[in-house]
Amino acid sequence: MSKRVGIEVSIALADVVGMANTDVVAAYPITPQTHIVEHLAELVADGELDAEYIPVESEHSAMSACMGSAAAGARTFTATAGQGLELMHECLYVASAMRLPVVMAVANRALSAPISVWGDHSDVMACRDTGWIQIFTENGQEVVDTALCAFRIAEDNNVLLPTMVHLDGFHLSHVIEPIMMPEQSQVDAFLPPNKYPFFLDPARPQAMGDFAPPAIYTETKWAQEVNLQKSKETILKAWKEFAEIFGREYKPVESYRCEDAKILLLTMGSYSETAMTAIDAMREKAECENVGLLRLRLWRPFPTDELRKAVENADVLIILDRALSFGSAGGPVGMEIKSALYDVSKKPKIVNFVGGLGGRDITVGNFEELIKKGIDIAGNGSENEFEIFGVRE
Amino acid sequence: MELNEPIAIRIHGRGGQGAVTLAEVVAQAAIGEGKYAQAFPSFGPERRGAPVQAYIRIDDNKPIRNRAGVVYPDIVVVLDPGLLNIANITAGLKEDGILVINTRQALDSIDIKLGDNQKLAVIDATSIARETLGVPIVNTTMIGALVKAKGVVNVESLLEPLNKRFGRLAEKNISAMKKAYENTLVKEKKAIG
Repeated sequence: MSKRVGIEVSIALADVVGMANTDVVAAYPITPQTHIVEHLAELVADGELDAEYIPVESEHSAMSACMGSAAAGARTFTATAGQGLELMHECLYVASAMRLPVVMAVANRALSAPISVWGDHSDVMACRDTGWIQIFTENGQEVVDTALCAFRIAEDNNVLLPTMVHLDGFHLSHVIEPIMMPEQSQVDAFLPPNKYPFFLDPARPQAMGDFAPPAIYTETKWAQEVNLQKSKETILKAWKEFAEIFGREYKPVESYRCEDAKILLLTMGSYSETAMTAIDAMREKAECENVGLLRLRLWRPFPTDELRKAVENADVLIILDRALSFGSAGGPVGMEIKSALYDVSKKPKIVNFVGGLGGRDITVGNFEELIKKGIDIAGNGSENEFEIFGVRE
Repeated sequence: MELNEPIAIRIHGRGGQGAVTLAEVVAQAAIGEGKYAQAFPSFGPERRGAPVQAYIRIDDNKPIRNRAGVVYPDIVVVLDPGLLNIANITAGLKEDGILVINTRQALDSIDIKLGDNQKLAVIDATSIARETLGVPIVNTTMIGALVKAKGVVNVESLLEPLNKRFGRLAEKNISAMKKAYENTLVKEKKAIG
């Protein structure tokens, strides 16, 4: 059976990538992702993981090497954060369009300038449209579980798409906590060997990502979009089978104390658990007994149907974004959800906050304030399209 | 303030003194006892010598969901006596909280403003570490002081994580931890007068 251990989340993630029998890791170290790739390098150097570790000179090269490796049919992993993800940017589009099932952990980090090594979702949101499957995690167990699921989903021949596992920098990557580490036999039962159908082979010449004139470019992009949307079926199937083996269930949109809730807070990533503590406190103090929490786990493909269903009985939806979309009408998540609900006739009043930038904590007390302020704005309105939480002006 | 809170511990040290390792070992000991625990550094680039903090939360019964830094500690542990005058070490310390400090000073001569129900625990960890380990790195020594001041974990539960973390150096670190456990003095502020 699986073993409960007290372990740093980054180390547990690297261990499970090893248990997935990963063939190639190409990565460039960057805070706060460093411990993940350091430990993988250690596993390879110590002979515990029979993999090729490619120490590249930049993140652009990391993703380029990963693409070559995935195209050769090897199980391929990398990890990055913040500026590193941005330096990969153009390669991200190539990996998804060429249907290369690379799995990447992103230890989410704020973007420069000014330099911040701390966490927020600016790096993710800048890669929103790159065509990768993107899944958020809120504790160490989910990081480990989601990494295993990511290989399974990415490499499924109905999907063949690169997949990002988002774990908030420091708030998840650097925390020691209890995690149920799987048994090798469980991993093997859940994760079949990678059978990439289009692997590079001199005996079977083929071109990938070739030149596309106007006559076919639209068709290739549409095929890519249809494929990403359709991947949700496989994601749901993978999570279901994961639950059968490991007993832990995952959903695209998860709810906490929402059965009777009229006021919903929506968060993504590690701050969700702190928000749960605030919701417990508000309910216990009878300050606000009808408040619940939604967590958006699946970010791409966006779970439109599940989200609509989750908010159908709510009067107020308070959305916390951890990134700015400069010069726009809201945070990236807020705008996307408003768009998803525009055509729905019965929808909640939406209040969008941006907060927790550059690693600033949103404490339990802060979350209580944020919810109260959200309720106030929903009732009385605001001059702003969105609110920036806790800023000193 | 948070309801049904886990025990929250804040550690003040300097970069390189092993505050994070202290937090890690204590959390692992608690997890080894079947409890829930969490340990993490005050996040940032590591700079040797600069004041740093690390945090621990321990809950006997339920998973710990609060991931924000510890603002209202039950226990504050200070690794470096020099920090007493620099960092606001008692910030947010609960009314019945405990301050555990590494100092050569006698318990009665320490001039720190504490509430009536707060306790002070002292240990000369630097001398113990120098004698036992040969270096003035006090993190494992201070684990003994912390556990004496409040039994957040059993001494026996610390052995496995210490052995795993320190390998061939584990024996000396365990010895330093035990010496501190035996020699830490704890007094209530009221009793200090």
